[in-house]
Amino acid sequence: MNNIFVYCEITDTGIVADISLELLSKGRKLADRLSVKLEAIVLGNNLKDVKKQLSYYGVDTIYLAEDSRLFPYLTLPHSSIVVDIIKKEKPQIVLFGATSIGRDIAPRIASALRCGLTADCTSLEIGDYSENKTGKVFKNLLYQIRPAFGGNIIATIVNPKTLPQMATVREGVMKNEKLSQPSNPQIKNININNIVDDKDFIVSIIERHIEAKKVNLNAASIIVSGGYGVGSKENFKLLFELAGLIDGEVGASRAAVDAGFVDIDRQIGQSGVTVRPKLYIACGISGAVQHRAGMEESAQIISINTDPDAPINKIADYTIIGKISEVLPKLIKFYKEKSK
Amino acid sequence: MKENKKFRIIVLAKQVPDTRNVGKDAMKEDGTVNRAVLPAIYNPEDLNALELALRIKDNNPDVEILVLTMGPPRASEIIRESLYRGADKGFLITDMRFAGSDTLATSYALAMAVKKLMPFDLVLSGRQAIDGDTAQVGPQIAEKLNIPQITYAEEITDINKNEIIVKRRLENGVEKVKSTLPALVTVHSSAPDCRPRNAKLIMKFKHAHTPSEEVQKEYSQILNNRSSLIIEQWSVDDINADTEMLGLSGSPTKVKKIENVVLQHKESKVLTNSDEDIKGLMNKLISSHIIG
Repeated sequence: MNNIFVYCEITDTGIVADISLELLSKGRKLADRLSVKLEAIVLGNNLKDVKKQLSYYGVDTIYLAEDSRLFPYLTLPHSSIVVDIIKKEKPQIVLFGATSIGRDIAPRIASALRCGLTADCTSLEIGDYSENKTGKVFKNLLYQIRPAFGGNIIATIVNPKTLPQMATVREGVMKNEKLSQPSNPQIKNININNIVDDKDFIVSIIERHIEAKKVNLNAASIIVSGGYGVGSKENFKLLFELAGLIDGEVGASRAAVDAGFVDIDRQIGQSGVTVRPKLYIACGISGAVQHRAGMEESAQIISINTDPDAPINKIADYTIIGKISEVLPKLIKFYKEKSK
Repeated sequence: MKENKKFRIIVLAKQVPDTRNVGKDAMKEDGTVNRAVLPAIYNPEDLNALELALRIKDNNPDVEILVLTMGPPRASEIIRESLYRGADKGFLITDMRFAGSDTLATSYALAMAVKKLMPFDLVLSGRQAIDGDTAQVGPQIAEKLNIPQITYAEEITDINKNEIIVKRRLENGVEKVKSTLPALVTVHSSAPDCRPRNAKLIMKFKHAHTPSEEVQKEYSQILNNRSSLIIEQWSVDDINADTEMLGLSGSPTKVKKIENVVLQHKESKVLTNSDEDIKGLMNKLISSHIIG
């Protein structure tokens, strides 16, 4: 009762996805703060490595269902099973990834349970809430914090009167914090035949092409990122050259992606990925709120821009006023000289 | 899909403020949104949904497309926009008692309105609306109607009276799924853009109006006799909704706080593009092991 649950997504290689590990890392902290247990829901097929994997994330209990019909993910059987578990176990918080799967299953579950759900959170905290009308204070609620209105405002949402409090969280915003010592999670096997019926399988997958991520911006410790100011696909080659030299990855703003300079899998920001590298070199990026939302936690930021008043300069540690076509070749040249 | 009854598609559409082009005057001093200066548009992915519906109708005259929207009275604008592109009829649910509804309460209201349009074969809507980006209302309506949902549709590759095959766009690939009908399908922005307005349809429907909209007097007699030009307008009572499940009382989520996005000023060091400045920076990055 009253514990924190994380719905875990399973990858094609049969392990728990990164986003779910990030949620478990955050879930562990929230559970400690509230002195409750952290429990994971894992539904799939051939999940033999999952117990070991989750033991490094401080999970107390794993609700496990293994059945060939549970992988790949289908909305109806997965939501029926999760609804059943929530009704029996009555968690206070349930977290999902803000992914293709999480954003599909979470609203269906919220509707079935008639509970609150906040999409695409970028931060989760615990705190109190006093109701304006009555002055009644609700203790230790989950603050679900998310950008709204196209990233122009940040809203804090609470669900004071209904349980569970549910949220989806964007990939990359919570840190993946693997523990050095494993714990020993208890496994609770779920007999799904008591829960699902034929009606849950009226949607079937007839074809599936899943590609491994070509670009892993989340794992990069240095990102050389370009905006509309880079000017062309041709000029982006300079960014790739610098990134290649300093062991970085190339990212982009939405404007650069929309202009066709680079592929969408490199997009950083509210509608792309969220990153927190050691070094972020922003080339020709003006720094709209939607972009900053995805990179402002970078440890060091260098902005290269012809406009001294570009908003991104205000969050940069260094601002170089100049053209990309002049500054990048110099950075490349001096790096080569020094690293010889 | 030959039968006496027409194959009924309900398209759920929303009028939204255009959050993609938010200018400096769009935010008030106190950090709230100045909706008045933002143009109201047809939610982009709902237009993709309308296009997928129109393509089904292109291939089969026994299809009827009903557009349903919830919003203030002026949201009838997007119903007319739908009629200009080939939809058959529009329904506006509008009532002050809907105000303050979160996604759960909104999905309840829309599900009650869809039930009034039964029997339907397919419900189509955009994946998400750009003013909230939650993508929750579609799946929540599907659950309330007790029908399957297929999210992120890019293409309907096959459809007949009983079944639909949909290509879904996922973050890391594509998937083709088959479902029985009725079903609810949410449409992704990678689906084809909606066709432009049709000149003949503009002529036909430009006077389409809700009962609360004023029509030029000389036309009113004729218009009110022509049912195709009436956009039906429904209140809470018309859709048999329980007011407790609407608005603030029907919304489990509450907004605790809204903050403007403020830039955290850092002491930014400004450099020129001289060799000296750039060499100095690169040496510093290397010696502090940030690079290399």
